Amino acid sequence: MISLSVNGKTITVKDSPDTPLLWVLRDTLGMTGTKFGCGVALCGACTVHLDGEPVRSCTTPVSAAAGKKVVTIEAMAANPVGRAVQAAWIKHDVPQCGYCQSGQIMGASALLSTNKKPSDADIDAAMSGIVCRCGTYNQIRAAIKDAAHAMAKGG
Amino acid sequence: MSAIYNASRRDFLKTSALAGGGLVIGFTLPGAARLAQAAAMFKPNAYLRIASDGHVTVICGLSEMGQGVHTAIPMLIAEELDADWSKISVKQAPADPAFNNPIFGMQATGGSTSVRGHWEPMRKAGAAARAMLVAAAADKWKADQADCRTERGMVVHKSGKKLSYGQLADAAARQAVPKEIKLKSAKEFRILGTPAKRLDTPVKVNGAANFGLDVHLPGMLTALMARPPVPGGKLVSVDDSKAKAISGVKQVVQIPGGVAVLAEGFWAAKQGRDALEIKWDDGANAALSSEGVSKMLAEGAAKGGALARNEGDAAAPASKRLEAVYEAPYLAHACMEPMNATVWVKPDEIEVWAGTQSQGPSQGILGKVGGVAPGKVKVNTMYLGGGFGRRFAPDFTVDATLLSKISGKPVKLVYTREDDMKAYFYRPASVTRFVGGLDAGGNALSFSASVASPSIMEASGFMKLPANGVDDMAVEGIRDCPYDFPNLRVEYARVEPGVQVWFWRSVGHSQNLFFIESFVDEMAATAGKDPYEFRRALLVKQPRYKGVLELAAQKAGWGQPLPAGVHRGIAVAQSFGSYVAEVAEVSVGKDGKVKVHRVVGAVDCGMTVNPEIVRRQVESAIVYGLSAALYGKITFKDGRVEQSNFHDYPVLRIDEMPDVEVHIVASGEPPGGMGEPGLPPIAPAVTNAIFAATGKRVRKLPIDPEELKQA
Ligand code: FES
Ligand code: FES
Repeated sequence: MISLSVNGKTITVKDSPDTPLLWVLRDTLGMTGTKFGCGVALCGACTVHLDGEPVRSCTTPVSAAAGKKVVTIEAMAANPVGRAVQAAWIKHDVPQCGYCQSGQIMGASALLSTNKKPSDADIDAAMSGIVCRCGTYNQIRAAIKDAAHAMAKGG
Repeated sequence: MSAIYNASRRDFLKTSALAGGGLVIGFTLPGAARLAQAAAMFKPNAYLRIASDGHVTVICGLSEMGQGVHTAIPMLIAEELDADWSKISVKQAPADPAFNNPIFGMQATGGSTSVRGHWEPMRKAGAAARAMLVAAAADKWKADQADCRTERGMVVHKSGKKLSYGQLADAAARQAVPKEIKLKSAKEFRILGTPAKRLDTPVKVNGAANFGLDVHLPGMLTALMARPPVPGGKLVSVDDSKAKAISGVKQVVQIPGGVAVLAEGFWAAKQGRDALEIKWDDGANAALSSEGVSKMLAEGAAKGGALARNEGDAAAPASKRLEAVYEAPYLAHACMEPMNATVWVKPDEIEVWAGTQSQGPSQGILGKVGGVAPGKVKVNTMYLGGGFGRRFAPDFTVDATLLSKISGKPVKLVYTREDDMKAYFYRPASVTRFVGGLDAGGNALSFSASVASPSIMEASGFMKLPANGVDDMAVEGIRDCPYDFPNLRVEYARVEPGVQVWFWRSVGHSQNLFFIESFVDEMAATAGKDPYEFRRALLVKQPRYKGVLELAAQKAGWGQPLPAGVHRGIAVAQSFGSYVAEVAEVSVGKDGKVKVHRVVGAVDCGMTVNPEIVRRQVESAIVYGLSAALYGKITFKDGRVEQSNFHDYPVLRIDEMPDVEVHIVASGEPPGGMGEPGLPPIAPAVTNAIFAATGKRVRKLPIDPEELKQA
């Protein structure tokens, strides 16, 4: 039995400790917003926040999340940075197929939580681990800058 | 949650037709109407629903895989309906022959056909509904229909009286479907041609969008499979004792495609699958290697084959003659969402939940596998996490059906990234040998191409190689060479190394335009001419090619200075009815590393449904094509695929993303396709820029930095 906090709720799961957090979220808890893309920390589709840090849930054993705070895409609207990022994503109509976008939004909101005015190089560093096969990168970049701008204005 | 989502969607058509207070427009596609007269196959069906609150729901039979079809189809209907765009939403249709793609004659999404095929029928569906709403309003007002007009979800009488579509829905449902339908002229368009926002964005920013992998059914098992590591290999024996000992593993099943482990959830299934101990017989392809494939293709291209096109005498004497051999590798699609399908074989019906591009053919194929009639196969099309042609293939739905049939349970079959990468259905490897001739003045005199490639038509299972022996997809982009070469010859040699090939974004154009647009660049260089001007002169009789070529060159500032070390390359292509030219600005490092700084594209796709989606599709295709040009290759050693995941099959990332600008030619031509045509020009635009930068001609993809290193 492992206890962790998922989107503010304490949850106890029976999965074996080495089960990746990704599959606990998706299969055990039925929270399918977090995606599976590669399973080995190469694509970023599975990105969640663990105690505020972006992590790849596909290679994070659930035991490593015990007693910690996990935040997923499903809770982004409840967070001011997440809301700003989602609003910018909608404004720029970023998603195409949409499959990578949970990871992109989790990556972007983690970046903007610690860096209020990211440069292009900051965006590259924070986001280059998150693949988009539909090629929405320029819209992602524009939306991150827009979200930063909106937050600076207090919007 | 997914089960509820699907159940409500599945019943949508039925319930909406029965529930009062709404207007359902039964409408037949042209093909279906003909059938109706001929036989009892007429099946009226619904493309839109107007609720009494004025909300319009468009039911779309096409798969949304990022290309924006769930916005484009509603735009077509909304335009002729004169709907209020803010009141439109879209639902996925079930698989039903009524939703057949008019171009394919089956319900499927691919070949950049969606807007081309549905441009007229969907507008007619909207126009018919509008006419019935007008008739209903005129009845209520006891007015002349000619005195009524429509605007943004309202019927407006010349006196100023208004009724909303919602208020009229009930009465309109009792009107007869008009026989004569008048469509707007392009001048009257109010929604078409505007950058309307995508209808699928809101659910794609909060995790709510349901993809195939997100399906969950009560009692469902998750399956992972071990497949033969060599194409055509066979199972000799399996020891599943270790797999069965893993907690959560329920069953191990053998099917023709391999050995499956069925378990509670992905993780148990994966551990179980990885614990299988299997002996395979590698069969006839045990020695398959990429060197061997290259050799077979090169020999095929050298020998030549079936005549695809022949004008004049391509062997006519020329004062300068050049010859070059080009090669492209097998490619995986690497959709962001790995292949998967959930299938439940019930006693007398099969239900499928999958991100598929071929729900129509799936009914027949899966019905056969599961032993029910095609009409008894219910297909719930989920959002597709990328398609690119891969999700047209039946492997994942067929195997999931077999596994559900054997286990008696709903089964979600999941491919890991490694499984997906190694599951074949690759873009064919291909070699083309060109010979070109120039006269003394450097004018193009002759051009011949000998293409060697596997046949996608034969591999598809639903097409056959034509009697002339020329696979249309193997030669597309070269056979239809637009340049005014007085002597021209194209041949096709079918070479089959034994690997399952498939449609890959832009299909034959994906490699053939790299080949031909590079060779034409070589001809220009040999002639001592500017590559843009050389092409332009040969496209005098091809105004649409010439139009995009000139626009791209002009917007990119062709001929004007660039920062030190940056060079331009240009290429132009037509595919799927749309014309695209691209100029790439590229630098090559001392280490041979290629950096693409900017791409300027120009597109002529006829009338534009949504210019923003057009631009995004060109940009998306550029990224997909750049990934392939810079990194993409599937190689074989000892019969085995050498690549497995994104470390050895790299794709473009945000830090490598060029600036992209896309310009659209204003056009009154019928719409062309847009999901694919942005791709073919990018590889040659980049490699032509590399030639401008280094004097080195890239004749084999992917680009090899080793070859471009400066000593
Ligand atoms: S699925 Fe975790 S990084 Fe790709
Ligand atoms: S939107 Fe499709 S992979 Fe990013």
